Order: sequence, then C-alpha cells, then structure tokens
Amino acid sequence: MLRLNLVLIALIVASALGVVAAQHKSRRLVTEIEREQERMRALEVEFGQLQLEQSTWAAHARIEKIARERLGMRAPASGQVLAVDALVAKGGAR
Amino acid sequence: MSKRVTFNRNPLLSSVLPQWRSRFVLLLLLLGFVALVARSLFLQGVNNEFLQAKGESRYARVIEMPATRGRVVDRNGDVLAVSTPVKSIWAIPEDVDLKPAQARKLAELLDMDVRDLTRKLATEKDFVYLKRQIAPDVAQRVAAMGIPGIHEQKEYRRYYPGGDVMAHMLGFTGVDDKGQEGIELAFESQLAGKPGSRRVIKDRRGQIVEDVESIRAPQDGKDIRLALDAKIQYLAYASLREALETHKARAGGIVVLDAKTGEILALTNLPTYNPNNRIRLSGAQLRNRALTDTYEPGSTMKPFTAAMALDKGKFRFDTPVQTAPGRMTIGSATISDAHPHGVLTVAQVIQKSSNIGAAKLALSFPPEHMWQMFDDLGFGAPLKLGFPGEVGGRLRPAKTWRPIEQATMSYGHGISVSLMQMAHAYLVFAREGDLIPLSLTRIDTPPLHGKTVFGAQTAREVRAMLELAVQPGGTAPKAQIQGYRVAGKTGTAHKIEGGAYANKYVSSFVGLAPASDPRLIVAVMIDEPSGGKHFGGDVAAPVFANVMAGSLRAMGIAPDAPLAPLQVAKDAETVRESM
Repeated sequence: MLRLNLVLIALIVASALGVVAAQHKSRRLVTEIEREQERMRALEVEFGQLQLEQSTWAAHARIEKIARERLGMRAPASGQVLAVDALVAKGGAR
Repeated sequence: MSKRVTFNRNPLLSSVLPQWRSRFVLLLLLLGFVALVARSLFLQGVNNEFLQAKGESRYARVIEMPATRGRVVDRNGDVLAVSTPVKSIWAIPEDVDLKPAQARKLAELLDMDVRDLTRKLATEKDFVYLKRQIAPDVAQRVAAMGIPGIHEQKEYRRYYPGGDVMAHMLGFTGVDDKGQEGIELAFESQLAGKPGSRRVIKDRRGQIVEDVESIRAPQDGKDIRLALDAKIQYLAYASLREALETHKARAGGIVVLDAKTGEILALTNLPTYNPNNRIRLSGAQLRNRALTDTYEPGSTMKPFTAAMALDKGKFRFDTPVQTAPGRMTIGSATISDAHPHGVLTVAQVIQKSSNIGAAKLALSFPPEHMWQMFDDLGFGAPLKLGFPGEVGGRLRPAKTWRPIEQATMSYGHGISVSLMQMAHAYLVFAREGDLIPLSLTRIDTPPLHGKTVFGAQTAREVRAMLELAVQPGGTAPKAQIQGYRVAGKTGTAHKIEGGAYANKYVSSFVGLAPASDPRLIVAVMIDEPSGGKHFGGDVAAPVFANVMAGSLRAMGIAPDAPLAPLQVAKDAETVRESM
C-alpha cells in the first residue's frame, strides 16, 4: 500500500512539474509570436512607405522632366515611327 | 528552615472543572474552522467575480489592434494612395511646465514658432494638439525629451504619390483618415479598416505571455484596383495643361474610356490641386468638372440626332437635306449655320456640322422619340458610378418641348450633360449601337453586350460619318493620328450668362479610335478658351489627337491605317462648325 502511494505521489509531482514546464514554454512561444507579428506589422508599414517612395520617384511628371531636360529626349516625329507587323513580331519573338 | 513544597497535591488540581467548558472551547474552534471554510467557499465559488476582476486588472490587458486603410492602385498595380503611420503630439497644458530652452527645442522639432507653441499651451482647455501628423522619427525625438504633460498618439496619414495628376479621381481623406472626396469617399466602406481589440496577459516585463481572447478581430481595409491607367492619366493631364496654357482657357476636362469594357482609364480636370498639401484650397480647384459640372455639349450631340434619323429608317446616310439658305425660322426664333451649305447628305450634315441639317432631321420626329433616345443614352440622369456629386444634367420631359427647343437640342443647345455622360453616350458608336455601364474599378470579365440603343448598322454608318469629320473637308482634321483611323466630332458651344448667350465658348471634342474596331473613347472639354481660337476643331481636337495617340501606343493597340503622311488640311480648308 505504502509503495503504491509513493509511486502515485512521484507521478503527481512529475506531472505537476510537466504542467509548469509546458505553461512556461507556451508563454515563451506566445511572446515570440507576438514579437514576430509586431515585426510583420512593422515590415508592412515599411513596405507601404517604400511603395510610396517608389511611386514618388517613378512619377510620370518627374520621368518626363528628366527625360526632356537632362537626357534631351523627345517623342519621335510622325515620320520617324516605323510600325512592325504584328505577325512578324510574334514570329520573331518565338 | 526550609519547608518542602509538594506540587502534586495542589488544591487547584483537585478541583474538578466542569466538562462543558472544554467542549465549549472545542466547539468554538470548530465553528472558527467552519466559518473559514464557508468564507473560502463563498469567495471561491459563489462571489468570485470581484476578486477575479481585481486579479485580472493586475495582469490582463485589453490592447487595441489598429487596422490600416486599403491602398488604391491603378490597373497595373501602381500605388496611387497609401496610408502610413504618423504621430500626433498633444498636451495637457496644465501639466506642462516648459523651460525656455525646452520650449525652443520643442518648437524647432515641431517646426513651429515658439510663440505659437506657448500660445497653444496657454489655453484653458484640458487637451490640445500641438502638431498633428508628424513623421514617426520626429515624434520619437520629442518623446525622448521627456517633458511631462506632452504625449503622442498614433495616427494614419494618406499619401498620394501622383499628386495633382490624380487629384480629382482619387479625392482625399480627412485628418481622421476617412474619405471626403472622390474614390476615397465612393469606396469608403471597402477602403476603411475596422480596428479590433483583444485581451492578453502580460508579464511584469510588459511582454504578452498569453492570448486570452479576441474581442474583435481587426479588419484591414481592402485595396481598390481602379480601372485608371496611370500612364494615360498623366498623358491626359499633361496635354490638358499645355492646351489650357496655349489657349488661355479657364478650365478643362478629359475623360478616356475603354470602349470594350466601359472602364474609365483616365479622368482629369483643371484647375486641380495637390491632395498632399491642401492648404489654400479653392472651390474651383476642387471641382471635378467631368462628373459634377454640366455644359451645353453643342455639336457633339449631332451624331445622336443623325443616328436616330437613320435608325428609324426615315433617312439613309445619303438622303439629301436642304440646308440653304443657312437660316431657319422656327416660331419667333431663328437658327443659323456659320456658313450656308446648300443641299447636304445626312453624312455631310455631320461632316460639316450643320445646325440647320441637324434641326431638320430632328424636327421630322416627334419630341417623344428624341426624348426616349436621350434617355436611353443616359442623359438627364446621373451615371450612378457611386462617385460623390455626380450630376445628371438637364433633360426636360418631352411634353414641355417647344419646336425651337427640339431643334436646338438636336445640335446640343438647351440640353446640358456632363463630360463623362457625353463620353459614355459615344460608346454606342464605338460599339455596335449598345451601351454598357461605366466602371471606376478594373473589370476582368467585361459585359459582352449592353442595352441596345441603335442598330448595329446605324452605329457603323454614324462611325463612318464621324471619320469624315476628322478628314480634310470636315471640322477637325487636327484630330487625325498617324497610323490609326479616327472618328470623332467637334463641339463649340456658346456659354449662357445671365440667361443670354455670352461671347464665351466651351470647345469640346469626343472621338474614338481605331475606327475599324474602336477600343478607346477620348472626350475633351475646354472651357472659355481666350487665346484667339475657340472652335472645337482648333482647340480641343489637337488635345484629343495627342491623348488618343499616346493612349493607343500605351495600350499596344495595333494601327489600322497605312502609315502614309497625314493629310492635314491647312487652317483655311477646315470647315468652321456652326454654333
């Protein structure tokens, strides 16, 4: 009888320690996932800001200004445009 | 001498205490235990809310989960509007005690005048914003100063990288990130995010250790993909701007539509504004003329009159119409052509833009027929795009029309429409006589067939007439584009001021290309050109050609005409349209 009780007590203590350990582990994991989610939000914000920056740099008005003023580009005059036959172009791409 | 004391015979010991006294003590002790057990049962089982709430308040926290507003992107995914977090600095003036050096530094950080800052802090109010929507890194430096009574608050600010190019299409949001104009308002319910909150357990280091429950899940706003093409939009904007400067015009608007899908590819108005910086905004800048303003369309209305005449079978494209002597009196009023033309075919009435011809066509039909056509074309009723402030224009019931009114409506006077409505109505010529609804957002499966207004044969014939109008001998040879067949119609309308037609004009052009299988419709309206030219063929047609040519190229639409040099007529050869 006494032996059985001792075994049961040992088992209870072991299981109690297990619960504590599991709880601790789950809390650590929660903290970790929170940190990662925070990072995700921060990255999303940064993505938005980078998109904003990209479209500011790529604004058509800015590109046109640079093309015209700094690079001296202009639209081709009507006689300078050569249309390539669509079928030939497809054949060439293949 | 000593006396031995014996303790075992103490008299006290021999006195026997009554039995009940020890039992009484025992009972008291037992009662004490019972009371304790009862109390603990009560606290644990019955009345446990209070203590639990007390306990939770020490470790559980409800945290707000912000939701971001959706982005607006163009049809190719380029970002047109995006929200990004910023900080607002606010203060409880009572708690703030600034030293002069601190005040100077704070004012410098916030980019304010020191006097402004002290004035704001001198207020009686409990709460005052010092500066709203500043960059997060600046806010961090303010927080680092550690001034008591000064706090920060996270907010979102909307940025529009397209600036004034997209202003009227997108609209803008207020300081609270809610839509106030344009797409931002029209799609507010989809763009707006719903912030959520959840309950968590935090440890003493402030880290979240357990996720208890989600009270409300945050919902980020949805991204809106517009039908708009940023490239075409910029092209329209730049062309319009140039035209307004050249012709010293007061205002203008351009609409570009995809004829196959009904998508709005571009919408631009001038004057405009920069949505990122809305200080000193005037009503004229804010006006989205293409949608919320109506104008008398003038001759751009004539093709519809011709289409009605052809569609009812009463006329053919080569039926002669007598327009001599270029004047016609209906009731007490007289209408006239700019140049008398003599006998014209129906096709020539459009090509030469004869008022008399159009009026004669119209007057051979009862007013109800014409009203029905206008109604089918969507005039007189808002387009229901969901855009704020859309107008329907003025179309009175047919019963109230006098003959002179019917005559003037046939060439676009006495009726008012918005530029968007006009462009929309031209869909019938770009398609096979049917009209599909317009869309602000990108459509992947366009409607195949819309509401039929005219027969397919009529649509093709009118399209051919519109092609004549942009060739030498028509009113707008300047609308031609190399490599593409173009069809279109000029309009030049007198403006009404104080009930009478003033010496001010609205020049417009609505056209489609490629004429063999129309893909695009471009409508141009220029208000009060005062640079010496005011005819639609001189003012609006070149803008049309520029925008259309660029858009066709941007969309990679194959040319449908041989690349012969254009037969652009000299100014003298251009037929003046009638007003």
